[in-house]
Amino acid sequence: MALELVREKPVDQNPLAISGLTVSYGEKPAVFSVDVSFQEGRMTAIVGPNGAGKSTLLKAALGILRPLSGRVTAFGRPLDEMRARIAYVPQRASVDWDFPARVIDVVMMGLYRELGLLGRVRARHRARAMESLARVGMEGFATRQIGQLSGGQQQRVFLARALAQGADLYLLDEPFAGVDAATERAIIGVLKALRDEGRTVVAVHHDLSTVPAYFDRAFLINTTAIAEGPVAEVMTESNLRAAYGGRLGSARQAV
Amino acid sequence: MGAEFVMLSLAPLLIGALAAIACALPGNFLLLRRQALIGDAISHVVLPGIVVAFLLSGRVAAVPMMLGAGAAALVSVVLIEVIRRLGRIEPGAAMGVVFTAMFAGGVLLLEQSAASGVHLDVQHALYGNLESLIWLDGYGWGALLDPQALRGLPPELMRMGVVTLAVALFTGLLWRALVISTFDEGFARTLGLPVRVLSLALVAVAAMAAVAAFDAVGSIIVIAMFICPPAAARLMTDRMGGQVAWSLGFAVISAVLGYVLAGYGPLWLGYRSAVSAAGMIATVTGVLLALAAVFGPRRRGAAGTVTAQGSSVTR
Repeated sequence: MALELVREKPVDQNPLAISGLTVSYGEKPAVFSVDVSFQEGRMTAIVGPNGAGKSTLLKAALGILRPLSGRVTAFGRPLDEMRARIAYVPQRASVDWDFPARVIDVVMMGLYRELGLLGRVRARHRARAMESLARVGMEGFATRQIGQLSGGQQQRVFLARALAQGADLYLLDEPFAGVDAATERAIIGVLKALRDEGRTVVAVHHDLSTVPAYFDRAFLINTTAIAEGPVAEVMTESNLRAAYGGRLGSARQAV
Repeated sequence: MGAEFVMLSLAPLLIGALAAIACALPGNFLLLRRQALIGDAISHVVLPGIVVAFLLSGRVAAVPMMLGAGAAALVSVVLIEVIRRLGRIEPGAAMGVVFTAMFAGGVLLLEQSAASGVHLDVQHALYGNLESLIWLDGYGWGALLDPQALRGLPPELMRMGVVTLAVALFTGLLWRALVISTFDEGFARTLGLPVRVLSLALVAVAAMAAVAAFDAVGSIIVIAMFICPPAAARLMTDRMGGQVAWSLGFAVISAVLGYVLAGYGPLWLGYRSAVSAAGMIATVTGVLLALAAVFGPRRRGAAGTVTAQGSSVTR
């Protein structure tokens, strides 16, 4: 009995723990044998060059893509049991914004797990959706058709939908891609507020220059995992060279 | 508008309207998922199914043929999904591959088998036989309350009614899940929704509607109803519920107006004989779509719509 206990590996209790994850589109793996664990109550950036598998890692961890191998746990349990505590913000360009829906309709989608297929939408649900919109500064746009919004506004609507989910772990795919400066400030403000409430934020991020200002920790990836830890320890010259190789010069130009 | 209407026109009108509703309803989702061509695909792939059903049952009868058509439609639906997912290609391309291959297989099967001696009518397949679905026992409005007379209703009416009800139930009960997974499949997956099963079920329901409608009214209406009413409806409103409501309205208007115009239109113009109701119904949906494209309040640019398409999706 005692032997059993010793052999049992302790389960990682972090909000998201990935081990041995390999994903492939066709022949070449996009993500290869990645082990990474994201710490609770922290903001972590997933950083790496284009095509490094940043988005793929998130999608495979969430079951949107089927990995070739790997194990994913959330809060120490199988991910499927913890879906209620996880909110995902996809890339804005991954959906068709001509879809017949108003801003409020999209935010209400975040309440699906609560409402179920046929649950009635009550005043408190609507209030939660409006509150989420207010947190991203979009309460005045509730009845707008989503196609009429600017890119930054669309990104904020996606974040509001995630807020309506009331999750403990927020996974965002390129939340700052192609948004205006005001939206970028609004989004980072909301994410930091979530972190200060003790929630966990993990975001795919492509702008090396803003990583230290925005995030507590960083995970550097280029198909394989390179380093994970506090920003200052991860974003070293040698790690960045390992991730970006010859492309580091052009990536750094933004700094 | 008495006995003659009940006997000759009531059943075709009802069947036409039900077929239009059954196809337009899933068509709304298929259109937004860029899979609207599935109606076209299904009306082609049913050929091998019908031939096989004939070979197995040895007779030209509605029930085995519908079963064969349904089985072929399901096979094609699964094949399309498999090719789409494994090949990671456009749904349109997957459909094109599957329906041409299966249709060609059906032609070969037809030629090589005893079925070629049987009159499997291409014209029937295209235009259906809406005008022939008359209710001989319908002696007047009173017949609607007469069980004896009701038994004489064309069996297509009952079949189409049941299928339309099933399609409506499917859409109504799974509404929220269908809308979310149509708009944002990745997000739907993270909510725990079985997106692959939903996608397959939607296409299977569309296939069922198509096969039932195909038998009653011909493929031309099926293809038109999957696309035209939902597309026209999208140009009228910016809400999903509104779009579905408009599409059903357009579908019923097309069915009724098309039937009436086909029956009486040529006479009004001085011609002697009526034209194909199926052809006219499909034409009316096309005209409605054209009108919506020109005058619809929500067509692009009409309401100062600016669509922002930002950076491309990366992996």
